[in-house]
Amino acid sequence: MIKAALTDKMRNLRDGYSSALIELGYQNDNVVVLDADLALSTKTKRFGTVFPKRFFDCGIAEANMMGVAAGLATCGKIAFASTFAVFATGRCYDQIRQSIAYPELDVKIVATHAGISVGGDGASHQMLEDMALMRVLPHMRVLAPADAIEVEDMIPAIAATAGPFYVRMGRADAPVIFDKHRDFQLGKSVLLRRGKDVTIVATGTMTAEALRAYELLEPDGIKARVVHMPTVKPLDGAAVRKAATETGCLVTCEEHSVIGGLGAAVAEAMGERPVPLLRIGINDVFGESGSARELMEKYGLTAAAIAEHARRAMKLRDGT
Amino acid sequence: MQDEKVIMELQRRALQIRKHVIESVYRAGSGHPGGSLSVADVLACLYFHEMRIDPQRPDWPDRDRLVLSKGHAAPALYAALALAGFFPEEELKNLRKTGHFLQGHPCMRKVPGVDMSTGSLGQGLSVAIGMSLAGKLDNRDYRVFVILGDGEIDEGQVWEAAAAASHHHCSNLVAILDRNGLQIDGHTEEIMNLEPLKWRWRAFGWDVIAADGHDMGELLAALREARGTGKPTLIITYTIKGKDVSFMEGTLSFHGKPPSDEQYVKAMTELNQIEEELHD
Repeated sequence: MIKAALTDKMRNLRDGYSSALIELGYQNDNVVVLDADLALSTKTKRFGTVFPKRFFDCGIAEANMMGVAAGLATCGKIAFASTFAVFATGRCYDQIRQSIAYPELDVKIVATHAGISVGGDGASHQMLEDMALMRVLPHMRVLAPADAIEVEDMIPAIAATAGPFYVRMGRADAPVIFDKHRDFQLGKSVLLRRGKDVTIVATGTMTAEALRAYELLEPDGIKARVVHMPTVKPLDGAAVRKAATETGCLVTCEEHSVIGGLGAAVAEAMGERPVPLLRIGINDVFGESGSARELMEKYGLTAAAIAEHARRAMKLRDGT
Repeated sequence: MQDEKVIMELQRRALQIRKHVIESVYRAGSGHPGGSLSVADVLACLYFHEMRIDPQRPDWPDRDRLVLSKGHAAPALYAALALAGFFPEEELKNLRKTGHFLQGHPCMRKVPGVDMSTGSLGQGLSVAIGMSLAGKLDNRDYRVFVILGDGEIDEGQVWEAAAAASHHHCSNLVAILDRNGLQIDGHTEEIMNLEPLKWRWRAFGWDVIAADGHDMGELLAALREARGTGKPTLIITYTIKGKDVSFMEGTLSFHGKPPSDEQYVKAMTELNQIEEELHD
């Protein structure tokens, strides 16, 4: 079990990303970074300031950026390409498919501003289907870190692993839940709470909410198992099946559509031996403008909602 | 005199490429002969004269790169690669066949000598820019070539890339536009006007050279000139779709259709005849 706790400490995942990139830049001359006129928002600009020759701002031309990243990768570069999740995936799906995933190139697409917590910008900028789009591509690995510490562990790990990756992060500050760095294990789930009554599988910053949900359930004598799933693809199917067997019901949580993301991946993994599974996410609708906090509440992405779903999943299992 | 010998040799190579195109597309029962025949001379000039390559070392870091952005001309590229020695010529018979490595469109992971997987139009120039930038970062003096179809430049990404190439001073980048004037639905100027081509590219910061795409002397001169422009350079090669096969020349119908049995025999007869004339 990995130690994780809810603290008052908040950090922006993008700060973790830019720190990790700079560290990586010092260690490996082959690391290059591309952005599409959002370098201040994604915070890749910090890398560009330290390593100006290895930083390429491609302007508002994401399709070209993905191609340039692919070309750099054919020549031995490890190319990190960043922009908002909505542009990084939907806008250039075909470039990613044809020029990155099919030739299996070393392009690491690290997207920020994923999810509904983007807030005020509204539906046009709230990417809720990026994991679905990236997950269906052969060779593509899909990651969603829980906090800034995990981002700092993940970035060097994906740089050291050949082939394409998609990493999604939100815009908002998020609670730091890990107290120390660890070796990031691709494709492995992270067990955070050992309970046997119900399993909560969460990805990205929803994992902090899952930990809060654990605390909401505990006074009622419900011990939830909390599994953090930083790798949505390849999914740790063994951990899912083990949880299904041992707890008999699951809840998934993600700041993403319930179609095609973590919940879908978990459902696929336990299809042969199904148990009740409730998926928390955005229910096949576009988002809207509002404050991050209010939107998360309105769309049911809170600890309270997770706890309620956990209780419902247990009732389904027990037939009560 | 030296030049004349070089030109003769390149013409011979181009003809071999054309014969392989007809043969392999015929055997495959599908493929794109028209646009493969139009770029045969350009590919001959590149692989047998201009490019620094080593077929024994397809991954040689200092090699010149070629991105066939109009990936449907794969039969011509494969022929050039096989003739250059990247893989056995016999393999060309297995184009598009299940379990064999010559995919309908170029795949860099399967075919030695293919520098980039292509097929979805409009993406190759961006990739070539990435190769160009990597060369500059690593202080390598290789050059990057990219072949674009004329219909292909309808794609918006090409223009994103055109702007980026001059912005990033990609002086080691040469794009070759196969200006055969036809795309699937008709004449390029009827489907989506491309002119004034030269001025469009010049306005994007490129040096532009024009050449007859079937005249080896002009092609060699254009490629020579492109070495010293100090800018990304576009060579517009004016070509004929289906070149050297009478019933395919200038027609739309052989964009993506193989020859029938009789057409195959006729095409090979014509190409053999041209070859014999070359030897005279």
